[in-house]
Amino acid sequence: MMSIRQFRRGEIPPAAEQLRADVRAFLSSALRDMPAVERAESWMGFDPAFSTELAKRGWLGMAVPRRYGGRELGPFARYVVSEELLAAGAPVSAHWFGDRQTAPMLLRFGSESQRQRYLPSICRATKFFCLGMSEPNSGSDLASIGTRAMRVTGGWSLTGRKIWTTNAHRSHYMVALARTGDRTDDRHDGMSQFIIDLALPGITIRPIRDLTGNAHFNEVFFDEVHLPEDALIGQEGSGWEQVTAELAFERSGPERFLSSMVLLLSLIRTIGSSPDAYQAREIGRLVARLCTLRNMSLAVTAQLEAGESPTWAASVVKDLGASLEQDIPEIAHNLLEVMPSTGGDGLHAAVLGKLIQLAPSFSIRGGTREILRGIIARGLGVR
Amino acid sequence: MRELFESSIETLLADLVTPAFVRECEATVWPASAWVAIEEGGFCAAAAPETLGGSGASWLDLYPIVHGTGKHALPLPLPETMLANWLLGRAGIPSILGPASISSVGALTQRDGKVTGHVIQVPWGRHVNHVVAITRDAAPQVVVLDRASASSVNAALNAAREPRDDLHFLDVAPIVQAPLPPHLPEDVLRRGAATMRSAQIAGALERILDLSMGYAAERKQFGRPIAAFQAIQHQLALLAEHVSAATVAAEEALASLDRDLDVLPVAAAKICAGEAASAGAAIGHAVLGAIGFTYEHSLHLYTRRLWSWRSEFGSQTAWAQDLGRAICESGDRRLWPILTGTERLGAADTSRGGGID
Repeated sequence: MMSIRQFRRGEIPPAAEQLRADVRAFLSSALRDMPAVERAESWMGFDPAFSTELAKRGWLGMAVPRRYGGRELGPFARYVVSEELLAAGAPVSAHWFGDRQTAPMLLRFGSESQRQRYLPSICRATKFFCLGMSEPNSGSDLASIGTRAMRVTGGWSLTGRKIWTTNAHRSHYMVALARTGDRTDDRHDGMSQFIIDLALPGITIRPIRDLTGNAHFNEVFFDEVHLPEDALIGQEGSGWEQVTAELAFERSGPERFLSSMVLLLSLIRTIGSSPDAYQAREIGRLVARLCTLRNMSLAVTAQLEAGESPTWAASVVKDLGASLEQDIPEIAHNLLEVMPSTGGDGLHAAVLGKLIQLAPSFSIRGGTREILRGIIARGLGVR
Repeated sequence: MRELFESSIETLLADLVTPAFVRECEATVWPASAWVAIEEGGFCAAAAPETLGGSGASWLDLYPIVHGTGKHALPLPLPETMLANWLLGRAGIPSILGPASISSVGALTQRDGKVTGHVIQVPWGRHVNHVVAITRDAAPQVVVLDRASASSVNAALNAAREPRDDLHFLDVAPIVQAPLPPHLPEDVLRRGAATMRSAQIAGALERILDLSMGYAAERKQFGRPIAAFQAIQHQLALLAEHVSAATVAAEEALASLDRDLDVLPVAAAKICAGEAASAGAAIGHAVLGAIGFTYEHSLHLYTRRLWSWRSEFGSQTAWAQDLGRAICESGDRRLWPILTGTERLGAADTSRGGGID
């Protein structure tokens, strides 16, 4: 079965593994005073100063060539640093989207001048990026977007709106998918990606509060925004190809199964060293699934390292990972008599309260469960 | 190496182990000529060192063989024989000829060079030439017992009608024995056998996915193939996810047999493969409907093995409870170092080999 063969065992090379001890030592002192309830935000935590600290230590742009300010150490080095950050609940959101997605996308599709302009600022954490995909009437059906870029003298005029854009209100740039051609029989035709300077006139950004009371995501309005010629990424009309090429990066990483890690640690600490039979069984199951998902993610990383784009396997990792991330709060609820609290002093009740509320987003962001299973079924050849 | 093993086992088993053949063996016939063909394939001692009659192959390279025995529902103790010869090799004992089995359930003790006790649920116990076991003594011994020297054989079958027999030995001198090497845990056979079953489960699940996809593409209802319905597509996607998880987990467990026999990947494999077996068998039967419930259709040759193998050498619950206790005992601070391999589960213990059993 060819699809399943995308999971060939991946082992972290020693050079990449060597990075782990330094990252771990740094995090244990840098996050010492950060309450667990804040670390429970996982990769939604936003702290530009922290991102800058990571950049100073050379832990951003791990897979970016040196000539663009990166470390040129490859996907496994990036994997090691990423999983250490996520397991500790470090606030990585500021640089996360640019480092994970924009950088490899520009390396693959961007012009030389775009690479020189943007990649060093991603590696130094001086510029932050958000991703403009969904629109009010185009969520899972991304190919139905209506935001349009029209050719005008000296560039493009962009009109439309994006929604659920994480960090738009605190990013410098958005990479957005827009319609540049007419609709044809191939519904994936006629779309292009642009890098948009969010300081340009005609852009309105309106944060949307989520059910936890925080505002991570936004609605973004574009009203005849003038974009320079070189805002276009790659060829006009190749937007869909670019968006789908990123999926292997977007869906296979450790952030797809570690989002509830701080709660799992808190749960084990609260249960203590003598679990009852039911608690022991459930903790054992969760740890087993975590262990296996990590190995699956490493297998995908090995494919990325080999220059492949294993989008099928990445979808499998994301769907299984989201299920684990969502099961952890449910199981935590079932294992201990604890009232999930809002806010509080960083104890288990507050961490549980945070994750119970965040959990529904895990199978929505980055592709819904239904979309992922559709992709997996297509890869099997039954769709 | 691995590709070679993969193509040779596939060629051999695709011809040899047809569904009709598996059904014949369910009448508890021992297919002697099929065993000879397997033995001639050179797989039985593949994991033993060359100096002791084996091929010196790594378990990681041998993964396709074990996976293949599950995918084809091979009704012969090939994984058991491979595991037995591997352990003998680690103990410095030459490989043995003929079908062998292992025992990790029950209790054998040794006195004055003679072994006494019960071993239970021994795979193909009534048919094999030898049983390899580890005695429960202060200085545990790896022993090779002549099956014919058992004083009683209590024949039983698992849900897949594979022999799982209880044997009793009374003051039997082992054919050969050696001390269990100090770097091997006393439950090495349970860990090894749980790993074999995990890989076999992954193989059987892959076959069930094949059968389910094939049927969904052919079977028409409401004027179209049922594969056209999103509900079926998503069931098949979920099945593929379970196949992937079981495969990755089992492969990692086999890799740990090559290294230090770390217990975490073994436990993770038996738990994840066990859960995949439960979910995967249910999806296969849901997709195939009534025809999949017949003896005539071959689906049950694989699903009944899943229901058996998931419970053998520790069910997912047994392994999960052991793993959960060990994790809670070591504490939350050590979980991440253990998951990333910078620390080892149970390494703080003073018991030999460490870990859980």
